[in-house]
Amino acid sequence: MALIDTINPLLTTGWSKGDAGWSLKDYEARGGYAQLKRILASKMSQDDLIAEVKKSVLRGRGGAGFPTGLKWSFMPKAAPEKYVVCNTDEGEPGTFKDRDLMRFDPHSVIEGMIIAAYAVGAKLGYNYIHGEIFDMYQRFEEALDQARAAGYLGNNILGSDFSFDLFAHHGWGAYICGEETGLLESIEGKKGQPRYKPPFPANFGLYGKPTTINNTETFAAIPFILGMGGEAYLNLGKPNNGGTKLFSVSGHVNRPGNYEVPMGTPFAKLLEMAGGMRGGRKLKAVIPGGSSAPVLPADLMMECTMDYDSIAKAGSMLGSGAVIVMDETVCMVKALERLSYFYFEESCGQCTPCREGSGWLYRVVHRIEHGQGRPEDLDLLNRVTDNMMGKTICALADAAAFPVRSFIKHFKSEFEYHIEHKKCLVDPEVQRAGSGFFKAGAA
Amino acid sequence: MNNQNDMLSPELSPESLKKIDREVAKYPADQKQSAVMAALVIAQDEKGWLSKETIAAVAGYLGMPPIAAYEVASFYNMYDLQPVGKYKLTVCTNLPCALSGGVHAADYVKEKLGIDFNETTPDGKFTLKEGECMGACGDAPVMLVNNKRMCSFMLPEQIDKLLAECK
Ligand SMILES: Cc1cc2nc3c(=O)[nH]c(=O)nc-3n(C[C@H](O)[C@H](O)[C@H](O)COP(=O)(O)O)c2cc1C
Ligand code: SF4
Ligand code: FES
Repeated sequence: MALIDTINPLLTTGWSKGDAGWSLKDYEARGGYAQLKRILASKMSQDDLIAEVKKSVLRGRGGAGFPTGLKWSFMPKAAPEKYVVCNTDEGEPGTFKDRDLMRFDPHSVIEGMIIAAYAVGAKLGYNYIHGEIFDMYQRFEEALDQARAAGYLGNNILGSDFSFDLFAHHGWGAYICGEETGLLESIEGKKGQPRYKPPFPANFGLYGKPTTINNTETFAAIPFILGMGGEAYLNLGKPNNGGTKLFSVSGHVNRPGNYEVPMGTPFAKLLEMAGGMRGGRKLKAVIPGGSSAPVLPADLMMECTMDYDSIAKAGSMLGSGAVIVMDETVCMVKALERLSYFYFEESCGQCTPCREGSGWLYRVVHRIEHGQGRPEDLDLLNRVTDNMMGKTICALADAAAFPVRSFIKHFKSEFEYHIEHKKCLVDPEVQRAGSGFFKAGAA
Repeated sequence: MNNQNDMLSPELSPESLKKIDREVAKYPADQKQSAVMAALVIAQDEKGWLSKETIAAVAGYLGMPPIAAYEVASFYNMYDLQPVGKYKLTVCTNLPCALSGGVHAADYVKEKLGIDFNETTPDGKFTLKEGECMGACGDAPVMLVNNKRMCSFMLPEQIDKLLAECK
């Protein structure tokens, strides 16, 4: 197919010119909006379109990995008013890929959303953008203006009988709005407190109307999938794990950043791409899918390939693709303390097990870190997590529990050392040097 | 005097109202409340912070109960319900940033300014806040200046530069 030549299947092709390559003309020059044009010109049926996406086995890039085509097929056909919503509330610690998509290739997200709207029959859409990246919100608005002026948005798109308009909505500092129903509440101008599910957004979404909500990267992949065909996209990755994925590599590597690799790429390769371990130090642990995913010790991680199934088999989750790399200078108790504080801070407070449990977790980890831990504390922490998991409206409670359980499971001796000796196993000076903030030798 | 009254008045300027109108237009006609988050930011930008009266003015303009707007303003972290310094610095101290110096950067700013988190310098110039992941962990340490400007790779030298730049 000629289209393979015009649209490169890689999400990051548009990034090579940095901040100079994001605008409409650049996107069109690399084959952008060709898929939308083709769909409209050929009057492709909604079913065929969804079937193509299903074939790609694209799985949602926001964390849960739910098959995108299947999600779209849940939208009721007859409903008169439907919405498409993009989740760019990227707040899962470690994740910074959607920001770069907004920055370097916003039109791929716009085209993906227009195509999704066509597939599910929506006339209006919103992109919910993390408040902390306000400059990307502004850039996205500019991109929307460009798309509207070119006739890709609005009434009768490109002369067809399909109409769709799209707007940007920004958050203002609440992690919980990344949860899809919290996000919908937030667009409605309320506190971002998640809703009970079911009903799912496909039946009861924005303003109570059927709504398809996907992550930024999920939408961005759509034009490429249609360009090369679902099957070719699937084959880029491995069975059940289609395509390529952006991985945000942070922490103790030489070159933190976003790396796009085919699903199934060995972790060792990704680490090498990110420049290897900072200062040649030893890998200690990796959180492979954002802070809500269980931590894996180095030896387990080095055997993983970067795809949903391999990471799940090792006992963690691919999640959002945020790979947090920790070397031997890290005190695991302190690392967990930071995460537990985050979940305590960000619990929306609706569910007692989450509100109270996240507070307990933080306070107990905090006291262990500060030399006041008790021998029974590790059992206490595990018991608290038992009372949180699967007992709440949304998955934040589980997200708070997973790090605690996995840190204790894999690094128990470090916690025990803390409790017994009232100090870190890792020398504080070594820890301090590890961050690279202070120049070597400086006070 | 007059000027000061303008600052204290909860009424929003015509420019701000125009910006809010632009936000309202994004949503279905019967869903004006959807614009409340953006409207509160616009109001905060104009007034420096959100007093109860300012929040009520925003609510009134959008035709929603003041308490509903207040709930929103108090739920989201980046609304300031108390006066803040001319420059509000928010440092990310979450784990991915901490691995690359986020906590140390916050400590450095604290020492330089002589204040802790949630404090303002006596001259009213700086307020320091602790932030959660800003989705920019690859650029750690990161901090926000007045919510909207993100500063990346904030090592001691860059922090010194930033503080000197804030006049
Ligand atoms: C606490 C919590 C935070 C979340 N944060 C995000 C987020 O920042 N971005 C995102 O796309 N999905 C996030 N999700 C997942 C969304 O609820 C939802 O599954 C996703 O947006 C669906 O899109 P996808 O199928 O394309 O992945 C979060 C979920 C939970 C429980
Ligand atoms: S689990 Fe936590 S964050 Fe989720 S709805 Fe319940 S209280 Fe809110
Ligand atoms: S952890 Fe600081 S920006 Fe993500």
